[in-house]
Amino acid sequence: MIRTDNLVFEYIRRDEEGNVEGITRAVDNVDLDVKPGQFIAILGHNGSGKSTLAKHFNALLYPTEGKVIVDGMDTSDGEYLWNIRQEAGMIFQNPDNQIIGQVVEEDVGFGPENMGVPTNEIWERVDESLRAVGMLDFRKSSPNHLSGGQKQRVSIAGVIAMHPKCIIMDEPTAMLDPNGRKDVIRAARALNTVEGITVILITHYMEEVIYADKVFVMDKGRVTMEGTPREIFSQVEKLKELRLGVPQVTLLAHELKKNGLPLPDGILTREELVEELKRIKNVANT
Amino acid sequence: MLRDITLGQYYRTDSVIHRLDPRVKLVATFVFIMSLFLVKNFWGYLIAGVFLAVCIKLSNVPPKFIFRGMKTIFFLLLLTMVFNLFLTPGKELVSFWKFTITYEGLKMASMMAVRLVFLITGSSIMTLTTTPNNLTDGMESVLGPLKKLHVPVHEISMMMSIALRFIPILLEETDKIMKAQMARGADFENGSLINRAKSLVPLLVPLFISAFRRAMDLAMAMEARCYRGGDGRTKMKPLIYKKRDRIAYGVLYSYLLVAIVVGRILFR
Amino acid sequence: MSLILDHVNYIYDEDTAMAHAALIDVNLQIPDGQFIGLIGHTGSGKSTLIQHLNGLETPTSGSVYFNGKDISDPDFNKKELRSKVGLVFQYPEHQLFETDCFKDVCFGPKNLGLPQKEVELRAYEALKMVGFDDEYFYQSPFELSGGQKRRVAIAGVIAMKPDVLILDEPTAGLDPKGREDILGLIKRLHDEMGITVILVSHSMDDVADYVERIIVMNKGRVAFDDIPVNVFAHYKELEEIGLAAPQVTYVMQELAKAGFPVDAKATTMEQAKNEILKAFGRC
Repeated sequence: MIRTDNLVFEYIRRDEEGNVEGITRAVDNVDLDVKPGQFIAILGHNGSGKSTLAKHFNALLYPTEGKVIVDGMDTSDGEYLWNIRQEAGMIFQNPDNQIIGQVVEEDVGFGPENMGVPTNEIWERVDESLRAVGMLDFRKSSPNHLSGGQKQRVSIAGVIAMHPKCIIMDEPTAMLDPNGRKDVIRAARALNTVEGITVILITHYMEEVIYADKVFVMDKGRVTMEGTPREIFSQVEKLKELRLGVPQVTLLAHELKKNGLPLPDGILTREELVEELKRIKNVANT
Repeated sequence: MLRDITLGQYYRTDSVIHRLDPRVKLVATFVFIMSLFLVKNFWGYLIAGVFLAVCIKLSNVPPKFIFRGMKTIFFLLLLTMVFNLFLTPGKELVSFWKFTITYEGLKMASMMAVRLVFLITGSSIMTLTTTPNNLTDGMESVLGPLKKLHVPVHEISMMMSIALRFIPILLEETDKIMKAQMARGADFENGSLINRAKSLVPLLVPLFISAFRRAMDLAMAMEARCYRGGDGRTKMKPLIYKKRDRIAYGVLYSYLLVAIVVGRILFR
Repeated sequence: MSLILDHVNYIYDEDTAMAHAALIDVNLQIPDGQFIGLIGHTGSGKSTLIQHLNGLETPTSGSVYFNGKDISDPDFNKKELRSKVGLVFQYPEHQLFETDCFKDVCFGPKNLGLPQKEVELRAYEALKMVGFDDEYFYQSPFELSGGQKRRVAIAGVIAMKPDVLILDEPTAGLDPKGREDILGLIKRLHDEMGITVILVSHSMDDVADYVERIIVMNKGRVAFDDIPVNVFAHYKELEEIGLAAPQVTYVMQELAKAGFPVDAKATTMEQAKNEILKAFGRC
């Protein structure tokens, strides 16, 4: 679905007079391959280059070197620009700054309007999209009266209405409270499993990535780790070095293991931990 | 709360006027204002007044609500009247000290006052009965022909509707920044004029930075959703004239005709 | 320097159709030197509550006493209150406005009318206190990273030398290391300066390791006000109001249910670890 080959993105830093101060390599030689229908998570601390990378996926930024191929289309090729932006939808961090309409349903209709979808079909798409994220009851509301989590779900509906094959979510939960965060992640997972839309979730909340098919960890513009959540979270010390953490339960299991309990690496949920502890106890008893 | 402020003071209720196509209301407001400058005598104004009263009645907006807006222009109204009253030359009516009130002045002053009141009332009926959203849509459509003259009609109306969406957000933000600076001991209320102007810096700088950041974010979000200007765009809620809109146009033009005939031709 | 809230009610937009109560009969005592966690989800009234503590809002009915004086009293010096009760808003870096970091931190003490020397001394101390490098002192705050900006903003409040420091979601938007750093910094401020700290959060996980008292707000009322262990014991009620106890609490509860000889009340990672190890005879 999305493939990058040796992707490099550099920007030139300038001082106040506009003189070149230096060149920053925000994305450095990234190769990744996202298959259709996957749920991908990209982790990384602030400033690790993950947002810059994400903006390449729907041609908001273009590579300095290398290539980004979205569904067989090269993003540098201007001809496919609008196809790429329609196929790879994007959700941003700040819920207020990506809602254009003054009424929920009009905002959801904004994308299809831009694509030139006929009026009747826009209404159908708005209906189905709002239903998919559980916001149909708020269709006539003003976005200003919604909570952060609700606004993000409206934004997701706005992207679904464009019938994308892939949704890229750039820290969609960073500004939300725990309930809003849960709702947004639930909506993203439902899109992935029910509608089969490829999801790329960029976050630094560790709890949000445990259901991903694959996790990429970024640091200094490079992909430094990749694997399943279990593989990634097995490496507690390395993640800490990268300014990241692990889910609390994983950390507890890690600490217990360090103190001699024979637990496996990469425990992700509390059910797993309890089961494993029970198993150890039974072994010890027999 | 600040989030509830709606610009143009839309009054939420249901009425024939509310349901009219925004283009009809825009044209009607324009025609009505035009008629105020075309009629020349008492009878003309009476007809305009009756027309206005009927519209108010039909709009279901409490008159109290409409005339509340008049308070703000009261001073302007008074000023126009005073100027016209004393400065119009003509047949002397009353004279005292250095001032002379003429018959023509009195007539002019009352005519101006009536015109102004009617004008404001007429346009506020439009804003009270049309959501800002609808208004921008209507504007884009009515001004459509100007596109041929390279007037960026779509862009202007898009800008207006974005502004309307972000005004409450920025107001709330102002409130927040103000409180945050007050928590650091800033004083926005006391002190000399210069000090007070100075005290605005800690408010305005963060506010501008925030507005710019929002603008950048929004531009990017719009681009990501395939926005590329007005060409090739379809409408989710296209404006379509219904029967009541055609009737409204009929009523409107008959009013204009009657007003001109009575106000200009029949009685001189 | 204690704060007392006595039957405080606050109604937004009173006299309009949109009136709604943000605070209902809130009674609290905040003595010197405590480290308090104030928890509640969005709209629970916690933001309104903290604005009452430094006089940005005054109660519709009931009273807030600062050192025994009613803050609604017309003679009450609100400016002094605001210097004594420092409030760091959410995303405080959005309020930075000066051309360099040092000047920005000076803003607070300058408003207190202190002599220039004292102002600069305080700004210097505050920036040092938050672990800010000298070399960035004269840089524009807008060129710093998110975490650094936030430090400058917190220093801007500390420079006023408050006796009570309230921080609204100080870790919002930061990455895990950034969150840990800021929380560690706040703990240090509490320990070294001996000031009262009120940490506002919607996440139990964030505060459980640090605070000695937790106040839970729900729909404008104080739902719980106790030491963490006792508050988390109500984890079922907490869930009902849309909050949750820290993850380890659940693990411990389940282990206890499964017959492990552990104290189910453990709330911090350290306690949980020790309890489990003890149960396995490893300690």
